[in-house]
Amino acid sequence: MTLLAAEGLNKRFGGVQAAKDVSFALDAGEMLAIIGPNGAGKSTTFNMVGGQLRPDSGRVSLAGQDITGLPPREVCRMGVGRTFQVAQTFLSFTVIGNVQMALIAHHGQTRKLLPDAMAMHRDAALALLDRVGMAAQAERPVGELAYGDVKRVELAIALAAAPRLLLMDEPTAGMAPAERSALMALVAGIARGERIGVLFTEHDMDAVFAHADRILVLVRGEIIARGRPEEVRADAEVQRVYLGHSGTRAATRARRAAHG
Amino acid sequence: MEWDFLLVQALSGLASASSLFVIASGLTIVFGVTRIVNFAHGSFYMLGAYIAVTIVPWLLEFDRSPWLFFVGVLASALAVGVLGVVMEVTLLRRIYRVPELFQLLATFGVVLIVQDLVLLVWGPVDITGPRAPGLRHGIFIFDQRFPAYELFLIFVGPAVLGLLWLLMHRTRFGVLIRAATQDREMVGALGVNQAMLFTGTLFLGAALAGLGGALQIPRVSANPQMDLSIIAEAFVVTVIGGMGSVPGAFLAALLIGQLQAFGVLVFPKITLVLVFLLMAVVLVIKPWGLLGKPEAAAGRAVLPEGIIDPRPLDRASQGLILVALAAVLALPLLDAYAVKVGTEVLILALAAFSLNFLVGNGGIVSFGHAAYFGLGAYGAGLLVTKAGLPMEPALLAAPLVAAAFAALFGFFVVRLSGIYLAMLTLAFAQIAYAVVFQWVEVTGGDNGLVGVWPSRWAASRETYHYLVAACCVLAIVALRRVVHAPFGATLRAARDSVQRADAIGVDVRTHRWLGFTLAGGAAGLAGGLYAFSKGSIDPTLLGIPMSVDFLSMLLLGGIQSVLGPIAGAAVFHAVKDFFMPLTDHWRLFLGLSIIGMVLVFPRGLAGAWAGLRRRPA
Repeated sequence: MTLLAAEGLNKRFGGVQAAKDVSFALDAGEMLAIIGPNGAGKSTTFNMVGGQLRPDSGRVSLAGQDITGLPPREVCRMGVGRTFQVAQTFLSFTVIGNVQMALIAHHGQTRKLLPDAMAMHRDAALALLDRVGMAAQAERPVGELAYGDVKRVELAIALAAAPRLLLMDEPTAGMAPAERSALMALVAGIARGERIGVLFTEHDMDAVFAHADRILVLVRGEIIARGRPEEVRADAEVQRVYLGHSGTRAATRARRAAHG
Repeated sequence: MEWDFLLVQALSGLASASSLFVIASGLTIVFGVTRIVNFAHGSFYMLGAYIAVTIVPWLLEFDRSPWLFFVGVLASALAVGVLGVVMEVTLLRRIYRVPELFQLLATFGVVLIVQDLVLLVWGPVDITGPRAPGLRHGIFIFDQRFPAYELFLIFVGPAVLGLLWLLMHRTRFGVLIRAATQDREMVGALGVNQAMLFTGTLFLGAALAGLGGALQIPRVSANPQMDLSIIAEAFVVTVIGGMGSVPGAFLAALLIGQLQAFGVLVFPKITLVLVFLLMAVVLVIKPWGLLGKPEAAAGRAVLPEGIIDPRPLDRASQGLILVALAAVLALPLLDAYAVKVGTEVLILALAAFSLNFLVGNGGIVSFGHAAYFGLGAYGAGLLVTKAGLPMEPALLAAPLVAAAFAALFGFFVVRLSGIYLAMLTLAFAQIAYAVVFQWVEVTGGDNGLVGVWPSRWAASRETYHYLVAACCVLAIVALRRVVHAPFGATLRAARDSVQRADAIGVDVRTHRWLGFTLAGGAAGLAGGLYAFSKGSIDPTLLGIPMSVDFLSMLLLGGIQSVLGPIAGAAVFHAVKDFFMPLTDHWRLFLGLSIIGMVLVFPRGLAGAWAGLRRRPA
């Protein structure tokens, strides 16, 4: 069943058409990657889905419900978790405090004046941290963590809202290569295991070709190719404008490494 | 109304717009390059006027020529420019990287120092300046007489705008100023000598303020209150125009000049309110002013300056609190003076605590918290003196009145962030101050209200002390509870990352608005208690210096700590109460202390306490 559907999204910034008639669909449990060169409109498309930007025209729907132009907090309440290109966490909180805060928000308890916030949802928060492999560091201030671990905490925060859809803007940006594949494997495992749809943008072709079920290629605001990884890799137009020949070889290698 | 009268009114609006622009352009240029909102800009303006009333008459002794008059004005401007350089070299370059709140406080420290120095050098009496030779006559516009000097001023603004345009587009220095306004880090990365650029910018900015002040001497006499009255207006002009934008400042000055010129015909008493309302409307529609640009987002996440991770109290801190509580209870065993100071400290501790709920916990830097303190005091005072109610209902009403105004003002305030938010809170506080000051029939104006006494059962100083202690301690305990509760944590979360808070489903604006209202209500309770402790109230309770006192208590106590501001209030008030009668230079002392704390002691008493206990025994 279609979880997320974008139909005919357009966005223009002054003279630049950042997204032109962008349409795609995403099923539950599926990982869909948006790739393309810098300035192709990946983040614009992404932000139109997440509610940070309102499209000039077009429609975004989540499980059949129209979410076009809703602010991010409403989109979140509809069951969409989100991670950012530069990880956004609550720096003054501990690791577990970050997840507890997300759970408090998820349960609509942010206006409570009496209970001790840091005694709430501890077990649920620990369970979430366990899923991303961060339970052992629960009590550390999040500001002390290595960046790869911050990204994991951010994933746990996003999962706290029990999302049906995860939006991940360049999930592996700024991470070391070993951390990258571990994080992507973790995301893929969670997505498939819990039937969560994942829409992500990525510059790291290894990550994309190893884990995406389908790929959209965006160039100058338009989708120039779409399909399964091997189809996209074989596409002559994609090779010409984006991957290049060495990129194509890298994509083949990545696919082989992940799937034997 | 005749149309020639309206024309003259419009012309006088243009003349004040011109003066306002000259001053505001300096403020906006300095902000654009250094990202510091310089409170001392008003002090430079005042110094320009004082220097001019000193040297211009001296020059005119040689020859009463218009040229010497303007030579004197320009020399005053240059002298003030040099003072700007002194300020940059000795203070500003040490605080470019500290949080905004500390920058604002440090430049306010300079304001206090200059106020006392001006009193030392020129004395407290207003000094009337000479009129400009050759421009003393009036010009008849139809049947209306219009002063020639005002007509001349109309042309000064556009002339300064033109010269600044030439400077910005035709000189290397000007190009660097524009570049730094757009992207300071990139200018640094390109190998530009930033120290020289910043020093030069301060020279230019201060000289413009000095020019603005010197040009005023034929119109207004130099007086020691000029600095704060002009700085509020200059802030409004730069904020409406967009901070860092010189054309924006020009546009905003024109708007405000006309608004004042015609507003005075319709609402003679509340022109100041009109000006601030214009600002509020502009900021709601265009949060970065008419021609301003949004602040570029910080590339790297940094730990916020404020309450980090509130923990349960440890043994030593619990002990300290018990000692403090015992002292509060035991004070009536000492003399009446100790009780008076103790009562005031409790009240101020609640006010400071409620401010830190916003600043330290929410990252909402309010520069006008005294407004809610004062409105609570006036709410209670008016109910007692005008409505004849007893103390008890008046004390209940005080937090409600203050919370209602905090909700009203906060509705606009929470739409902004950072420095714009601070400016708007200041503006609203000034509105409240102006209304209380000018609405003489109700508020008693400058004289305030007298006869705000407690009910008979609480009339003795000691009983009232215990009443205050009960109210303040309960309120502080409750607010502290909220800091630890989900609501307080949500405000901290939104302070750390608005984007993240939004993405987990938090309505950041509404939570901030509720927080602002709650803190305003708590400050109002403190204000109500204060009114009854004094028996009288006056507009200084809402003034900028009162807001700065509260912020100084936070700074002294440490804004990173939940309970620090209480210690800050105690020490600040005790020191002030002890020293103020002993010295004529309290402001000099306070100003130097604020700057000293910002430079060497930014974590305050709580930071020192934490450091003490971390040290191995």
